Amino acid sequence: MMTKERILEALDTCLDLSRADQAEVVVLAQDTSLTRYATNYIHQNTAESGAQVFVRVVLDKRVGVATGNTLDRPSLERTVREAEAIARVSPELADFVSLPDKEQAGEPAGKAVFAAATAGFSPEARADAVGRVTALAGRHGLEAAGAFTTGVFSLAVANSLGVRRYAEGTRAMLTAIVMGASGSGYASSLAADADAVKVEETAETAVRKCLDAQNPVAAEPGDYEVVLEPAAVADLVEFLGRLGLGALAYQEGRSFMTGRLGQRITGERFTLWDDGQDPAGLPLPFDFEGVARRKVTLIEEGVARGVVYDSYTAGREPGKRSTGHALPPTVSFGPMPLNLFVKPGQADLKDMVREVKRGLLVTRFHYTNPLHPVLTTLTGMTRDGTFLIDHGKVKGPVRNLRFTDSILGALEGIESVSRETTLVDSWGLGAVRAPALHLRKFTFTGTTQF
Amino acid sequence: MKTKHDDWRELSRRALDHLAPKVDYADVRFVARRTQTVEVKNGAVERATASAESGFGVRVLKDGAWGFASSSTAELEEVLAVADRALSIAGASARVPGRRAVLAPAEPVEATWSSPYKKDPFEVKIEDKLDLLLEAEKRVRAGGEGRVAVAQAGTACRREEKSFASTEGAYIEQEILETGAGLAAYAVGPGQLERRTYPNGDRELSGCYGWEAVEEADLPGNAERVGREAAQLLEAKPCPVGRKDVILDSTQMVLQLHESCGHPSELDRVFGSEAGYAGTSFLTPDKRGNLRYGSAEVTIVADATVPHGLGTFAYDDEGVPGQRTVLVDKGLFVNYLTSRETAERLGERSNGAMRADGWNRPPIIRMTNINLEPGDWSLEEMIKDTKDGILMEVNKSWSIDDKRLNFQFGTEIGWEIKDGSLGDMVKSPTYTGLTPEFWGSCDAVGDKKEWKLWGTPNCGKGEPQQIAHVGHGSAPARFRKVRVGVGR
Repeated sequence: MMTKERILEALDTCLDLSRADQAEVVVLAQDTSLTRYATNYIHQNTAESGAQVFVRVVLDKRVGVATGNTLDRPSLERTVREAEAIARVSPELADFVSLPDKEQAGEPAGKAVFAAATAGFSPEARADAVGRVTALAGRHGLEAAGAFTTGVFSLAVANSLGVRRYAEGTRAMLTAIVMGASGSGYASSLAADADAVKVEETAETAVRKCLDAQNPVAAEPGDYEVVLEPAAVADLVEFLGRLGLGALAYQEGRSFMTGRLGQRITGERFTLWDDGQDPAGLPLPFDFEGVARRKVTLIEEGVARGVVYDSYTAGREPGKRSTGHALPPTVSFGPMPLNLFVKPGQADLKDMVREVKRGLLVTRFHYTNPLHPVLTTLTGMTRDGTFLIDHGKVKGPVRNLRFTDSILGALEGIESVSRETTLVDSWGLGAVRAPALHLRKFTFTGTTQF
Repeated sequence: MKTKHDDWRELSRRALDHLAPKVDYADVRFVARRTQTVEVKNGAVERATASAESGFGVRVLKDGAWGFASSSTAELEEVLAVADRALSIAGASARVPGRRAVLAPAEPVEATWSSPYKKDPFEVKIEDKLDLLLEAEKRVRAGGEGRVAVAQAGTACRREEKSFASTEGAYIEQEILETGAGLAAYAVGPGQLERRTYPNGDRELSGCYGWEAVEEADLPGNAERVGREAAQLLEAKPCPVGRKDVILDSTQMVLQLHESCGHPSELDRVFGSEAGYAGTSFLTPDKRGNLRYGSAEVTIVADATVPHGLGTFAYDDEGVPGQRTVLVDKGLFVNYLTSRETAERLGERSNGAMRADGWNRPPIIRMTNINLEPGDWSLEEMIKDTKDGILMEVNKSWSIDDKRLNFQFGTEIGWEIKDGSLGDMVKSPTYTGLTPEFWGSCDAVGDKKEWKLWGTPNCGKGEPQQIAHVGHGSAPARFRKVRVGVGR
């Protein structure tokens, strides 16, 4: 892993080299290892070590960005000069105000979680954990697939206005899909500390789900009451974040939040916020501009409350400050919430199922994508365990179904929310902490053959 | 003076000499990538970035178990350390019992290859690119007459230089240049967001070309239409609901081929390697030579040799020559995309579909250019021959199940077809089906004049995720009695 000293030296070098009015340097260094398995053996096992350097410079209101992945002085100088060359020939960005200064960047209340166990987790330890999953699947005559990932990252940001940040963190995740002749089951465990990854529980849940999922029967498409397990809820919530909870989409009128702040957009049982400081998630205390991440309430008891900002989008609205949600400067789709939390309720999953007259229990979704972003209409398939609920009891597995529905519309009818929540990976960068939800109506529009 | 390529060759040799006595097989790949992206939005620069990255990856097979390690530091000490790391990871892989990999034979090759182009896009001044884009983007807004909230124009180019060396004696250097440009208009109305793009979705890298591809695309000449159609979509009819004949323009055929033929033909996916992530495939080995995948009109090839495709190359990242393989022959499913490891399981040789996304990822099976062979219809004839249908153009939404059977796709725009004539514009049309049933309903494919090769630079697969650049060639095609208008 690249040392803190080397990373900080790279920041200083770039700032020293810059001849621009303002300059910003971001270094994201990562050592990531991933052990991938399928049909009960390891078929891919990788390790990578690298760093990305992002340089953003400002000349008047002209902005240029360049990136590289080597931290020697000649390479850094090339990157800085390239960013300057781009800025020189770019037209002015009229609504660009400034890079954030120290006051605007604030002080993060929390810090990233660095677990020594994750940093030192060996390929042998990953292989042995995978071996426990495949052995359990094998004992039941089933086949397991998935991955065990462990990673260490360092994020450092500095700019010519005095902002200077450094954080180190870790991330570990095990996924398990266990497959039988006619059905599959899924479970995962995500934590900053690899020792906290629940290997046995993940394996047992995936195997149990798989056994329960064998010999599915066809279910007709239509409107169903559903209990969505946390992985399914996280998928939908992640899309809400991507489609409309960032300020750029909001300002451009592409967001379902545009013109609706203060209005009720879901049922009262739904509250969603983003908090990059909360250790119950995977905290990342500052964003890619070095601004401390603020907790932002996005939807409160069904009422649209706010979206997240970076310094550029904040500068476009009077009185706004960055909420600390900037992405790397090469990304053009604006700020995004990366640490989402759905407010838990009081129910437990069994009780939620018991409340359902006739409906479906959904483990998770597959290949979800938007159809109508402003209406939050998404489509996707169920996967790895979909079950019919009849008069409060799980009756048996059904073949996978395609849903096509407005997510805000579906969240209108929340009957209950589970007490327990699960931390679910989000785009490999952030995480969603989600409960299970019992929804009164969810629309399925198609079926498949398995 | 020593060049970068001299260093790569020497470092590869040292790593392989170090590993050879201890392994079944090893290979070393060095990759250097340079990318430039210039995008404008609503009269201002949205993104102007230049990126450079380089590094190397070492892949080791020992006792039938794989290990891979990579680093961005191309120095001898690091190269040897990374080689040892890959070896040690292969040892860890062997701790879990199960299948052991055997590679199908491949002739070790010494070769160099570069994709052809006329005008180097990195030599075109950024200010000239900006002038072109700002003019085109202004015309998009003009065409939208105040209803286009977001207008965009962009261009991108990428040069990848790479080397491949193996313990079997292969040494290959390749240089691939990709270029392209595009426009987008987003029109916003109450509860509506309609998108129109040119030439095909938000995909700026269209093929292995130079700047000539951007000049030929004529962004300014197409800009007003893009803005106008985005605005018109706000007022357009919703897609009818029911079963209709559907003609997919070649832009949407790209996605149809990609999701329902390309991905399920990947033999690593068929054998379960993607099960933990993107899923498996309905094209199990028992279906080969037996399954009627589509109608007799449907012949689909994987062709890495077709000029200028994003899936065009001379050698894959296992050193196997790029080639042309028939996947579906007059409707019959006959072959897969393969690697040396997966082909061996079928007792065959690889057909050269292994590619890695950069220096820090191991190669996995990727599409090359997955093309529908042309038929003998013109689009005009196809429309004339259709009584009740919809013509759909440019993909906007997509979803398919984890065996690649049930799909639901949507496009930016459509037009009703009534009694052989194009009628009203239709907004956000969607269609859904099951793969073999859908391809079985194909009764007309456009001819060579209608055939076009498109680029898909955003194909995601694998863990850690790898983004591949692949190509799809097709003419428009007609499918009978398809379910349309889902999710209105």
